[in-house]
Amino acid sequence: MNAFLAQLLNGLDKGGAYALIALGLTLVFGTLGVVNFAHGALFMLGCFCAVTFRYFLTIETVTIDPTKLSPWGAPVEVRTPLVQSWLGDWGAILVDYSVPISVLFTVPVMLVIGIAMERGLIKHFYKRSHAEQILVTFGLAIVLQEIVKSFFGANPKPQPIPADLRMAADVGAWFGMEAQKLTYPLWRLIYLLFSLGVIGAVFAFMRYTTFGMVVRAGMADRETVGLLGIDIDKRFTIVFGMAAVVAGVAGAMYTPLLPPNYHIGMDFLVLSFVVVVVGGMGSLPGAVVAGFLLGVLQSFASMNEVKSIIPGIDQIIIYLVAIVILLVRPRGLMGRSGVMES
Amino acid sequence: MTEQNIGRRRLLKSMSAGFAATVASPLVFTSRGYAQEFCNNPGDKDPIFGFNVPQTGTYAEEGLEQLKGYELAVKHINGEGDGGLMNTMKPMALKGNGILGRKLQYVTGDTQTNTDAARDGARRMIERDGAIMVTGCVTTGEAVAQQALCHELGVIYMSGLTHGNDTTGKDKRRYGFRHFFNGYQSGVAIAPILAEEYGRERRAYHLTADYNWGWTQEESIRDATEALGWETVKAVRTPLGIGDYSQYLTPVLNSGADVLILNHYGHDMVNSLPQAVQFGMRERMANGKQFEIIVPMFSELMAVGAGDAVKGIIGTQNWNWQLEDEGSKAFTNSYGAAYGEPPSQSAHTGYVQTLLYADAVERAGTFYPPEVIKALEDFEFDGMGNGPTLYRGSDHQCFKEVLAVRGNSNPTSRFDVLEVIGTTDREKVTYDHAIFGGELGPYEPNQC
Amino acid sequence: MFSLSRKDVTTLAIFSVIVLTMPIWLSPLGAAYPGLMQKFAIYAIFAIGFNILFGLTGYLSFGHAAFLGVGSYTAVWSFKLLSMDMIPALIFAVIFAGIFALFIGYFSLRRSGIYFSILTLAFAQMSYSLAYSVLTPITNGETGLLIARDDPRAIDALLGVNQTTSGMPTPSLLGFDLGGYGGFYICAVVSIAAFFLSQKIFASPFGMALRGIKSNQTRMKYTGFDTKPYMLTAFVISGMFAGLAGGLLAVTDPIAGAERMKWTESGNIVLMTILGGVGTLVGPVVGAWLIKYFENIFSAINVNMLNAFFDFLPEGMQAVMVTILSKFVGEGWHLTLGLMFVVIVVFLPGGLVEGTERLMRWLRRRSKERDEPTGQVASGRTGNE
Repeated sequence: MNAFLAQLLNGLDKGGAYALIALGLTLVFGTLGVVNFAHGALFMLGCFCAVTFRYFLTIETVTIDPTKLSPWGAPVEVRTPLVQSWLGDWGAILVDYSVPISVLFTVPVMLVIGIAMERGLIKHFYKRSHAEQILVTFGLAIVLQEIVKSFFGANPKPQPIPADLRMAADVGAWFGMEAQKLTYPLWRLIYLLFSLGVIGAVFAFMRYTTFGMVVRAGMADRETVGLLGIDIDKRFTIVFGMAAVVAGVAGAMYTPLLPPNYHIGMDFLVLSFVVVVVGGMGSLPGAVVAGFLLGVLQSFASMNEVKSIIPGIDQIIIYLVAIVILLVRPRGLMGRSGVMES
Repeated sequence: MTEQNIGRRRLLKSMSAGFAATVASPLVFTSRGYAQEFCNNPGDKDPIFGFNVPQTGTYAEEGLEQLKGYELAVKHINGEGDGGLMNTMKPMALKGNGILGRKLQYVTGDTQTNTDAARDGARRMIERDGAIMVTGCVTTGEAVAQQALCHELGVIYMSGLTHGNDTTGKDKRRYGFRHFFNGYQSGVAIAPILAEEYGRERRAYHLTADYNWGWTQEESIRDATEALGWETVKAVRTPLGIGDYSQYLTPVLNSGADVLILNHYGHDMVNSLPQAVQFGMRERMANGKQFEIIVPMFSELMAVGAGDAVKGIIGTQNWNWQLEDEGSKAFTNSYGAAYGEPPSQSAHTGYVQTLLYADAVERAGTFYPPEVIKALEDFEFDGMGNGPTLYRGSDHQCFKEVLAVRGNSNPTSRFDVLEVIGTTDREKVTYDHAIFGGELGPYEPNQC
Repeated sequence: MFSLSRKDVTTLAIFSVIVLTMPIWLSPLGAAYPGLMQKFAIYAIFAIGFNILFGLTGYLSFGHAAFLGVGSYTAVWSFKLLSMDMIPALIFAVIFAGIFALFIGYFSLRRSGIYFSILTLAFAQMSYSLAYSVLTPITNGETGLLIARDDPRAIDALLGVNQTTSGMPTPSLLGFDLGGYGGFYICAVVSIAAFFLSQKIFASPFGMALRGIKSNQTRMKYTGFDTKPYMLTAFVISGMFAGLAGGLLAVTDPIAGAERMKWTESGNIVLMTILGGVGTLVGPVVGAWLIKYFENIFSAINVNMLNAFFDFLPEGMQAVMVTILSKFVGEGWHLTLGLMFVVIVVFLPGGLVEGTERLMRWLRRRSKERDEPTGQVASGRTGNE
């Protein structure tokens, strides 16, 4: 039972991440009709927003101590962190909490990046074929990766969890179970809540604001909305910026769980496409449901009890589920007809 | 080589030459093939080495470190710089004037950590650039793929970072040589340290990367720890490159195990180790003992990538710049002077392999591969950083001391994330080559 | 059977000449060595086959690398069990890839658009994951399937051919060695044959039907036309081309690794095709060559070579040039590739081939307008162009 509950938690946690990553992609798919292969790169940029933020916080002054020598005879450098020396204890706390605080830094940066990308490149490709969209966004993703690589190198950049949040929470005890029987890393629980919060915010925005209403109308019938005299293009730019922000904050908060390297976006690219398509093209709730479904199923498939019956099932479960769902339901879980079907 | 074989090749050459004359202009074909008696014989020209390492993809950093080691070795062989290990290696035939009096040149390539790209790169070096030796890799897949190719083409391959038993076991080749240690040696080397640190009554849970390297590593560590008296609770296979290992880590907590052994390499380990720590495993008590995590195979860059999680974790390493012997000091000095930072084991392996090959050529007095191979086989040397070392002839594996290391709990810089806590003697890590099977194959080059 | 339109014959002739003279024209580009030229010819086959599906029907498969991998594995197993001769290896590679394509296509073709793409991707990724891990007894997993001296090789043993007197056994064609240039010319001839075949398919009624499906599947269905068998045939043919390419990869270099089936490889062939021009006959081939060229030649340029190249410049200038350019070659070759994708797709819509044609047409029109400011076009002259 404990094992089951633990895997359920794992599944929800994974699902939160999958849904969050897929959300931005399906938004761009559904509204702009663009196959965005640079979405993984946006996630990666979000990760590196957190890395950069911490880098700025930990900038050090370097003084050279001529009395000590390194093994090859060069003088040893003495480093003192700047922020701590200016702000004292507050600086230390700031550094400790760099990852959650970096989300505040990530939002404007990703918004600017997203809008710049859309205005500079993507908007010229709305009327081009999907094939060309793939090529241009993939090329863009490679360029972004290489830029990050030239600044940060190829090795992963680990980001710490704030010291107070680093423990494993005794989830079982919260629900009246025996102590230490069901523990789970606190940061993962925070990530789950965070992803639910962001998903909720996006949904509320789309449902309850005029802006969201227009965009939803644009998703359904772009031409008619245009004929009504609404400048849909401007709104689409903001939608793309929003997608970038969602992908970015998903990445920034994920850094303590997965030390990011410049390549991390490519590892998530295929997965996010699978989630979006299984959820159904053009459906926001579909992407969320598919994200959680795939996360939970992946966790259960990894249980030793399951693996002993079907060896290797955990290797392929995501793809297997995708195939079964797409064969049973022609447009994924909640897809609308006519979107990306030709 | 049989008569019939030569005849067939000549026939083919004349055929293709004739074919070319009809469809293309004859200037295409190099006459190299006739003048030489073996592949890429440098003749009167400068010898060329091929350095084929991952420069893009997830292992780019390890690869670029290795490349720095190679470039330093070339400088030293050509008599530039302070000579590094040329001063400490014994015996040493190189004179600091290149190889056989000729200046050493090199070409580089990107393997992308992909076996196909690695072989493409090696072929370019051999066929276009005329490389007499190819070296470099960071995974066992790349190593096996390249050494098989090089054997087919009759060019010696000196492998880089490859830890799987297969490289000098099941898939060994006459033309492939490995200085790096392997999974079996890791198991033997780490066992006594584990007994000392954690006692002889432990229950271990393995998480193993689900491919050849992971399996051989798991088997080796299992055998070694079970011989200590440890019990293996469970060994679970995890998919390669999955990123998030939470679903494999939760079952560990209540499994009755008190040790978690992560048979993960590179980015798998960089992800799984911090995640395991986040699950509270380091603070946990199990069976009345402190719960421990072990990573049998370490590298400095992996340790840096795992961040704070690596503190206090025990594993093994091929070489570490903090060793106190003459060779290690000399190499650290000259590498530090050249690049401003201490070398990683990746750089060390690349450097040493280049020097060993060059030295073998110098001793053989020729680049003719069978002679060079014979010079390397059962070659006994010292002063390269791991104590007296033997290049065993029966499987081309090096035998030397293996280091046990621990994640430094208070590193002063990103270069001393690992501290050496013990070495295991060469005799202890020596094994019978027959246990892994495989066949080296013939000395005679095949084709080119 | 062998009749082609005059335009097609010319294209075929030009294509053949270009492929067969590779050793000459690739030489100044630094790419005239057998290893890369074999890859050029083989990936041309792969791209041609992919284009039969994508170019004619518009169905974008994201799992074509699986067929490449199956072809390679089959060929190496044929080397191990039957004979080192390439003929059985290629026959089996094509057959097995075809069967595999039939299976995947049967299910995937129930959906269209992106749903189809994801289905093929899922099948291929499953094959890759299993080949890397659980299926290791068949695929040898990470280290790749290699031939060994003591493999059974039933046919060779039966005929008394013993290749193992010296060195490792190498693939052959009726007793002839396939190393180096021999291997290249074999691949070149096969790729020309593949090109011819795709011309026939493009020009055939079958090809017309496929184009009809591409432009409007629903209308085709309403006219009482059962599109499914046509689509499936196209998919299987395309998979067989990939299997042939995979088999040739094993013939020229007898190893088969799981990485050949990974999604990045499938993505590569998609990029190659789009880069060159979807639906054009030569486009995908050009795209494949360009990407392979970058991967193999640009990645191998290092600072030493740049220094030697800019030796003629004064020292300061040389250092500046080398510093700038070294970001784009060697470890930075991906950056060049990414920029190239963006630039080509922005400035040459429709890919390299179509884009170049459009550009030429535009230039011609402009020069004509300049010649004749009145805008009248002399019809007699255009005929000669």
